[in-house]
Amino acid sequence: MAVTEAPRIITGRIDHADSHTLERYLATGGYEGLRKALAMTPEAVAHEVDTASLLGRGGAGFPAGRKWAMLRKNPVTYLVVNGDESEPATFKDHLLVERDPHQLIEGVLIAAYALQVTRVFIFIRGEFALGLERVQAALNDAYAHGAVGADIFGSGFSVDVVVHPGAGAYICGEETALLESLEGKRGFPRIKPPFFPAAIGLYGEPTVVNNVETMSNLPWIVLNGGAAFAALGEGRSTGTRLFALAGHVKNPGVFELEMVKTTFNDLINAPVLGGGIPHGRALKAFIPGGVSAPWFGPDQIDLPLGQDEVAAAGSMLGSGSIVVMDDHTCAVRAAWRITKFFFRESCGQCTPCREGSGWLERIMERIETGHGREQDLDLLLDACDNIAPGLTWPPQQTTICVLGPSIPSSIGSAIEMFRDEFLVHIKEGGCPYA
Amino acid sequence: MSPTPDGTSPPVPVGTPRRAVTPAPPRPAHLTADTMERARQVVGLYPEPRSALIPLCHLAQEQDGWLTPEAMRDIADLVGVTPTEVYGTATFYDMLHTEPVGTHLVAVCTNIACLLNGAAELLEHAESSLGINAGGTTADGAITLEEAECLADCDRPPCVQVNHRFVGAQTPESFDALVADLRSGARSDDIPDHGTLIRVRRTTGLEADPDRVAAERAAMAEAQAERAAAAGADSPGGGS
Repeated sequence: MAVTEAPRIITGRIDHADSHTLERYLATGGYEGLRKALAMTPEAVAHEVDTASLLGRGGAGFPAGRKWAMLRKNPVTYLVVNGDESEPATFKDHLLVERDPHQLIEGVLIAAYALQVTRVFIFIRGEFALGLERVQAALNDAYAHGAVGADIFGSGFSVDVVVHPGAGAYICGEETALLESLEGKRGFPRIKPPFFPAAIGLYGEPTVVNNVETMSNLPWIVLNGGAAFAALGEGRSTGTRLFALAGHVKNPGVFELEMVKTTFNDLINAPVLGGGIPHGRALKAFIPGGVSAPWFGPDQIDLPLGQDEVAAAGSMLGSGSIVVMDDHTCAVRAAWRITKFFFRESCGQCTPCREGSGWLERIMERIETGHGREQDLDLLLDACDNIAPGLTWPPQQTTICVLGPSIPSSIGSAIEMFRDEFLVHIKEGGCPYA
Repeated sequence: MSPTPDGTSPPVPVGTPRRAVTPAPPRPAHLTADTMERARQVVGLYPEPRSALIPLCHLAQEQDGWLTPEAMRDIADLVGVTPTEVYGTATFYDMLHTEPVGTHLVAVCTNIACLLNGAAELLEHAESSLGINAGGTTADGAITLEEAECLADCDRPPCVQVNHRFVGAQTPESFDALVADLRSGARSDDIPDHGTLIRVRRTTGLEADPDRVAAERAAMAEAQAERAAAAGADSPGGGS
């Protein structure tokens, strides 16, 4: 079954051309979830989110309810929303901030009430100029509507929300780097422990950091109950989730699907979803959860879209972005481009990541451009091993954050799956696909 | 720009300068009274003034198209750090430019989803069509070309942005037409000149608990002063 009867929880409104306006939002049940939440106790709201067992949609997949529970023991000072979506081929939050900014704001307000936080920062990557404008305009309207600010909807609860533009750095998607950036500094990740945001976050205060998609689910969860959300999906992967499909498919895009009930095969090939690979070509490989994830081959296409299922198969659902490569794709070139990305975006704090990414990028370049040597394959794996010892999954970490250990994924996968292709590049002195 | 060496540009042919032509920089400018006023409002939104550093850099770019040394000094004074700290922070970020850029910053994504859909070929076309390498600016100062990392518009590859506005998938032909439109001003309604990021201004200050906000800021300023006193050093920057 490609698509289940599950409701469209967070994309139900986006087919309207004016989905970003307050008028449309109110006409389609907008801010009812917040009104309902304000009539409940903060604990009851948090309990609904716990019941929903909503896994964070940013990439790490940590249960949002548990993240909050850690903070309910100590008063939380700040709520920060991570809208720095920069994982290559991930473009779901782009859709949410541009097309349904009020839904994000309502979710944020519900979370703020549950956590009793009076100060929220929504961090949105700077390259989303339209998204920033849409969220700021929606926030202005929400203030005027009485949904944000002092004594919201006459409930006695007050909260302020600030939209904060990023300035272009992949690393700021890492939550502690995001907090550094929000403090007006370079986006250098903080070492954990002790700098878990829940303990020592923004300005050293306890802070909750949640992803845009995670927040956008909250209005529905409050209105329909956590149990209704948990009834969708399977196991730990509850509810629906946005999957961003790109690469060699006829119909790339963002699809909201019930967790686990749909397979990669459905997503890539179903006529109502990806529509298959164009030009009558065959599948060579696909990346299941952002470029930090190890690749899958045609053998794994029947795996369900579930967090634990993908993890058990040796990769991750990560940011929910799937990149499809057809059989005319050069695996060396693809892995080289991904490595080049990490080299460019490494913040430079840790030696294995800073130096390793550069070494790997240069070796990959020389193989792709016909100057590779036979011993380069071992050299690549050795350098990868120095960044993530043992090349296991999930990777061992030698660095402050997970950017470093993400670098070997594509190279390791490409060598494991397409070793012969590397050898052809080296023996023939160039790319056979060029 | 990231602090690591920039390895993203194609090999530069011998004899071709990386920046084919650098446009004459506009007169280095301090922040105007109007920008200063807006800047103070932005500073007021944060518990600690330094948090406004990056939003203020965007504001300065809106005024001048890039971050002038004078603007960086003004920002330093506004948020209470040294100009060097503003410069050191700004140079970490791809979108903050401490050198002049063209009126239109054209970014071509070549990351994986776009690469699989002809992005490298599009960038090559853009370079030869504009007569500059990625990173360079045309002689008339109209276009700066940039090879970008993923911009999160992967269902419309290859993805191109102009001044951080998405313009949809481009072919070599449509790219040339787009550049012609940019030069003629035909797109100036939906694409402001480089530097203007957010045209929608915040219409409210903080409303929730102004007293608490004021108390927080006083406490933080006090802690800062204590730290400075304990360090026995002169407090850097101008404070706010």
